[in-house]
Amino acid sequence: MLTLEFVPYHEIANLSSIGRIRKLLNIAKQNKIVLLEGRLKKEEETELIKTTMEEINDEFKGIELAVIYPTKGESDMFTKLKTNLVDMIAGNRLGLTIIGPASIVKAIKKDPTKIQLLTQEIKGKPKRKKK
Amino acid sequence: MIKFISSFISRIMNSLFKGRKNIKLGLYGPPNGGKTTLANRITKDWLGEEMGTVSPIPHETREIKIKEQIAIKSGKKELTFNLVDTPGIATKIDYEDFIKHGLSERESKKRAKEATKGVIEAIKWLDNVDAVIVVLDGTKDPFSQVNLTIIGNLAARNIPVLIVGNKIDLKKAKIKKIETAFPQYPVVGISAKFGTHMDEFYEALFTVFR
Repeated sequence: MLTLEFVPYHEIANLSSIGRIRKLLNIAKQNKIVLLEGRLKKEEETELIKTTMEEINDEFKGIELAVIYPTKGESDMFTKLKTNLVDMIAGNRLGLTIIGPASIVKAIKKDPTKIQLLTQEIKGKPKRKKK
Repeated sequence: MIKFISSFISRIMNSLFKGRKNIKLGLYGPPNGGKTTLANRITKDWLGEEMGTVSPIPHETREIKIKEQIAIKSGKKELTFNLVDTPGIATKIDYEDFIKHGLSERESKKRAKEATKGVIEAIKWLDNVDAVIVVLDGTKDPFSQVNLTIIGNLAARNIPVLIVGNKIDLKKAKIKKIETAFPQYPVVGISAKFGTHMDEFYEALFTVFR
């Protein structure tokens, strides 16, 4: 079963950078796919990769990460100004961040109109816990 | 306006380089993009020796490697730098992928552990580099989040960047796609393996980092 956990931006807004990373990584390490409203700062994204590397072991293989952000593209001066203004007000609330554990998500492909989440093939049957 | 401000900052950054002898020029990018192949090409061209080993197995470079005092010249122009070859940055490392490349389980686990440390070191070194060449595999999708994160991080730090689209000797290479993905940066298409378009690459180094 695939579990997606939505994290509204207000849940991370008041956390420190390390607190944000910890929260998101902890969810991913529970084999859930994180859907974060908005995005991390660029330096937090890098820190997320660094922290992920520190925690890789035989069980946890890392993450797949994708940030979807409304593209500015070719637009007129007024639209650009409007977008910049929304950026200033909304900050990092705009967009969507997807973090999936590498054991479940093989790749995330972004396309201007769609997002493809390619999942790993499940090997064998799940083992039953011995009492 | 934004373009003007960014070019102004870039001019200030570049002027800071003038007169500095120990510019640290970092080679960054995802694994197997050809960073070490390019480092070897540069050091062979200007020092007559290679810098590191290359391999089709990802994460061959797992430690930071530095070659000091490389002076490149073109006419009256000269640029001296310390070249910093970094391990490829990835968001996941699975030792089983190395087993698929023919390594034993023990070797694979060791390689995976070293590779994770390598990525951490590469990220830490972002604080130390003065300028960066981002080496991308021209046959792969440039929109991968690792590429966007590395380049976004460098932009946030105001570090001058030159993007290299490597492996143009391969039919699948699409340099235009890299140019479209990062329109605000200069992009040079090369084949580090065969030395194709290296003159254009060195000219771009002079333009971006002087």
